[in-house]
Amino acid sequence: MITGQELGGLGCSVKRKEDARFIRGQGKYVDDVQLPNMTYLHLVRSPFAHARIERIDTSAALEIPGVLAVITGEDLAKANLSWMPTLSHDQQMVLATGKVLFQGQEVAAVVGETRFAAADGAAAVRVDYEELPVLIDPHQALEPEAPILREDREEQTNHIFHWESGDREATDRIFSEADVTISQDMLYQRCHPAPIECCACVADWDATNEKMTIWMTSQAPHAHRTVFALVAGLPEHKIRIISPDVGGGFGNKVPVYPGYVCAAVASLTLGRPVKWTEDRTGNLSSTGFARDYHMRADLAATKEGEIRALRVKTLADHGAFNAAAQPSKFPAGLYNICTGSYDLENAFVEVDGVYTNKAPGGIAYRCSFRVTEAAYLIERAVDVLADELGMDAAELRRKNFIQPDQFPYETSLGWTYDSGDYEAALDRALEIVGYEDLLREQEEKRARGEIMGIGISSFTEIVGAGPGKTFDILGLEMFDSCEVRVHPTGKVLARIGVQTQGQGHETTFAQILAEELGIPVADITVEHGDTDTAPYGLGTYASRSTPVAGAATAIAARKIRDKAKKIAAHVMEVAEEDVEWKDYAFRVKGAPDRSVSMADVAFAAYTNTPQGVEAGLEAVNYYDPPNLTFPFGTYVCVVDVDKGTGEWKVRRFVAVDDCGTVINPMIVEGQIHGGLTEGFAISAMQLIDFDENGSIIGSNFMEYLLPTAVETPTWETDQTVTPSPHHPIGAKGVGESPCVGSPAAFVNAVVDALSPFGVRHIDMPITSYKVWKALREAGVAD
Amino acid sequence: MIPAAFDYHRPASLADALSVLDELGWDAKLLAGGQSLIPAMRFRLAEPTAIVDLNGLAELERFEEADGYLHIGALVRHATIADSGLARERYPLLADAAAVIADPLVRNRGTVGGSLIHADPAGDWGSVMLAYRAELAVRRVDGDRIVPIDELFVTTFMTSLEPSELVTSVRIPAAGTGQGGAYEKLERKVGDFATVGVAAQIALAPDGTVGAVGIGLTAVGATNLRAAAAEQELLGSSADEAAIASAAARAAAESNPSADGRGSEEYKRDMVRVLTARALRRSVERARGTV
Amino acid sequence: MATTTSIAVTVNGTERSAQVEPRMLLVHFLRDELGLTGPHIGCDTSHCGACTILLNGVPIKSCTMFAVQADGQSITTVEGLTRNGDLHPVQDAFKEDHGLQCGYCTPGMMLAGAALLASNSDPSETEIRMAISGNLCRCTGYQNIVKAIQRASRAMAGNGAPERGKTEGGEA
Repeated sequence: MITGQELGGLGCSVKRKEDARFIRGQGKYVDDVQLPNMTYLHLVRSPFAHARIERIDTSAALEIPGVLAVITGEDLAKANLSWMPTLSHDQQMVLATGKVLFQGQEVAAVVGETRFAAADGAAAVRVDYEELPVLIDPHQALEPEAPILREDREEQTNHIFHWESGDREATDRIFSEADVTISQDMLYQRCHPAPIECCACVADWDATNEKMTIWMTSQAPHAHRTVFALVAGLPEHKIRIISPDVGGGFGNKVPVYPGYVCAAVASLTLGRPVKWTEDRTGNLSSTGFARDYHMRADLAATKEGEIRALRVKTLADHGAFNAAAQPSKFPAGLYNICTGSYDLENAFVEVDGVYTNKAPGGIAYRCSFRVTEAAYLIERAVDVLADELGMDAAELRRKNFIQPDQFPYETSLGWTYDSGDYEAALDRALEIVGYEDLLREQEEKRARGEIMGIGISSFTEIVGAGPGKTFDILGLEMFDSCEVRVHPTGKVLARIGVQTQGQGHETTFAQILAEELGIPVADITVEHGDTDTAPYGLGTYASRSTPVAGAATAIAARKIRDKAKKIAAHVMEVAEEDVEWKDYAFRVKGAPDRSVSMADVAFAAYTNTPQGVEAGLEAVNYYDPPNLTFPFGTYVCVVDVDKGTGEWKVRRFVAVDDCGTVINPMIVEGQIHGGLTEGFAISAMQLIDFDENGSIIGSNFMEYLLPTAVETPTWETDQTVTPSPHHPIGAKGVGESPCVGSPAAFVNAVVDALSPFGVRHIDMPITSYKVWKALREAGVAD
Repeated sequence: MIPAAFDYHRPASLADALSVLDELGWDAKLLAGGQSLIPAMRFRLAEPTAIVDLNGLAELERFEEADGYLHIGALVRHATIADSGLARERYPLLADAAAVIADPLVRNRGTVGGSLIHADPAGDWGSVMLAYRAELAVRRVDGDRIVPIDELFVTTFMTSLEPSELVTSVRIPAAGTGQGGAYEKLERKVGDFATVGVAAQIALAPDGTVGAVGIGLTAVGATNLRAAAAEQELLGSSADEAAIASAAARAAAESNPSADGRGSEEYKRDMVRVLTARALRRSVERARGTV
Repeated sequence: MATTTSIAVTVNGTERSAQVEPRMLLVHFLRDELGLTGPHIGCDTSHCGACTILLNGVPIKSCTMFAVQADGQSITTVEGLTRNGDLHPVQDAFKEDHGLQCGYCTPGMMLAGAALLASNSDPSETEIRMAISGNLCRCTGYQNIVKAIQRASRAMAGNGAPERGKTEGGEA
């Protein structure tokens, strides 16, 4: 009898199938695609944040040997392609017409025979600009003297939306009668996912067959195919999007960018393949940024520390176009998950979105549509309240957690949490870190004038979008899919609608199938990313692959099992009702030694089917989840502060995560390491900043800082397991939890370190300079 | 990010290099490690029409003690110094600095000479050489000269050298007993330029007082700066905590930083103070260790 | 067209000659001219290290060197780490310890690790972290990369010679 371990089923740390090519340098990324007659596209970008385009002179560029074409917004306008729809019901310029709205905006595209010709051509394009007043501070966007940025819109205002969730009056009432209230302003700064691979595409128009093939750095190839069909008017069956290996995404590769559209247009025009490879400067200055949420959190509590209500007011800076890549029905996405892990009487959230002269975006950077902002807000606010109450931060959390017997738990803002045991995760984390000892050590150190801090974050995540009724992209409901074929010899080819960017889908989805079909992982190939072959799916982001496509995979396998059971009965010459699937084989009830394996049945499915049963063994499932899943955990961070320079170092970081059923512990741990590192980076250094002219500071890795192995802490991970009751295998998704939950832990730790000096909050990224300033203001010096 | 086109020269000898330079004048740009130049060319911030590649000229690669000096060839890579036992044992200030320039891969390529001539005030070697009171051996077609480090930097990205001149090596006084030095660099992460850097080199007199001292400051002015008043403050003192503290305060006062994303002017001045004190303490410890 | 220079470079043990424009970056030469797409490009400023290669055995960033400068030199890319089909211990270890996710930084990381082990057979964790600090990774948090280099160090010590071709628990 074969075991789950031998199969590589659920819970096994199976080594990754995809690594065979990656460790040999044989991954195939978009820029690795080489086609005969390739041409190269280089974008001309605006040096100004807000300026009228007076003239674009392409003549010098066109004279450069090897330059084949220069495309401007005016050219695109003739084909009605100078604007394209965003994922948030706005529109965005492909190439600027009339004026530019942010520094780095795409103004023209130059196509050349070589990279050199394209770059030289781009350098030779002359654009005359008339500078316009620049709007950088979102707080000024709605002031009467603010310049109106979007002349294309009917409503001449910089206001994009107002959104409310919850009961304002009932919440205000609790605040007016509460023993204790706190109010804290906090900024979740503008940052950028910055995967190491920038965006790229190769567009290849086959004029004979009238077919457009586009290799693209895409987290959602099918959705992009539909967008191309709608925007460019190409028939959808004549568009093939291939998202090959993707060098990290983190939300950056969800939107459609102007470079893709320009490459497709250029290929259609020239009849040759066109490669566009973004440089890092273009990536950081024009593609999807994240956050830029200016938040105020108010908490009302009893003096004993019972949190009663949360009130949130937020100004959301969306940049020049509302291109927030979020498919929910709500303008601020899932931000009203901000009641977090706590059982509150009531809550009220309001968000106003505004335009500024910054790049568009607001993408879900390693998170689900504003959950990161929400988790940070509540976990930071709880610490501020603990400080106000003089209560231990762990104790305050424990006192207010939603209890295990309250699940499914409906929050006052309308989400239904599937399952959780928050106290268990907190207890485990405190035990591992040795919380009591740390508190003692901190007291001794403080007496000696040394500075250390302990920060806790007990977050609740929300992942796995759909359901389709709540989430859609341009009307496409957020289901996901899997198609499974079992070949006659018992080998499996499965294709999924989601697209990996390093998460290891070729392995973990094979493990789900191994578990469900009793076929070893080594005998299963999982493919994705090619819209001509994979079933329709909405892509990988928002930790939705396992919750949605993972469920589709399990259900498709179970469909196969249902059919296989009939064939198994036929092969074993017993009635179907006498057959059961047990220990990875079909067995005769009461006589488990009489069995056939799935491989045996597969052969029969093509050679010996019972009457009335179709030949073959294939299934497909499109899964629309009944609810989201709600992973959670507790993180504890310990920091030491250098009071001379203000530098802070993470000494310990304990992460206890609960993502329900674990498919591959090795991969889950890897995801947690990576997410924690991004959370650390955001809390410590990642910042897209602008000067008063709207010039971006942080458009390259000299100023947009990413941690190296030297700064990155060592992570201590552990888990609790609370399966999702509504997911076929109980899995919840994990890729984002550590990035969502950890920023508050770092900030809480540094603020805790400085709390004896009256510090209650510092905005991210917490630089040495900010810490130094706080210390000097409190009169502390080296 | 594609550089503009240029003519490429790879002289076979130092003499050839000097004549190419003589001929091309300001049109030519010297290529040593290229770790600052090539990125600048990719951004087309630099568009030289000619590149003179010095790599492979063995005359520029010496790294040895001779004639009372340590000679560091202009093409000596940062990593060569960071990994050098000689530097670690006898020139700890050199070893300290070499280990924190950029990142280890850049250090494998970047050179001492290239870095000095680039004259970036955020460069680390300028401060180190100020602390050592280094001299540059400079050649041109028709002669050579020695340029004291204090006469090298004119302003940001500009030196006093003529376009036809080439630095062949840098020399610092050979290490002796009772000497010690240290480099302190505050950076936001590995690979970052210094927020502030401080190089210190001390020689103790037989009676234990400070007989000679050099202090160089990184990223707090238009060029690397000598903290002359701080040096004066320390000279002749017993290098105790009080002397170090007042020298550090002097250094802060004579620095001239500007605010940027790394912090305010006030912050950087204070960092000069904090890092100068730390560098001096370590220098004194090292100097005493060898007495 | 612009003037070109002829160069001869030994790449992964094979001499390759080509005519290149002087401004061609080494990484573009390797990728576009030689079809060696293991070295990747991730930034404009010599920070990310995705393009790391070994120049005469020393790890450097191939985006910050011109191809003409490689004339007469010896270059190893990730494609050259595997010899006669046998993996370098670092390659094995990256797979074994889940030292990679999206795979984009992986060639550079493995070369930086292999170069470290060539000069320091038993590095400390601090030395490993420093040695790979010119290479950025956004997926792994570096922890499993460090672990993998430690494993490779043990594997190489075990044999007294680079251990090749050993794979465990999966398809290499």
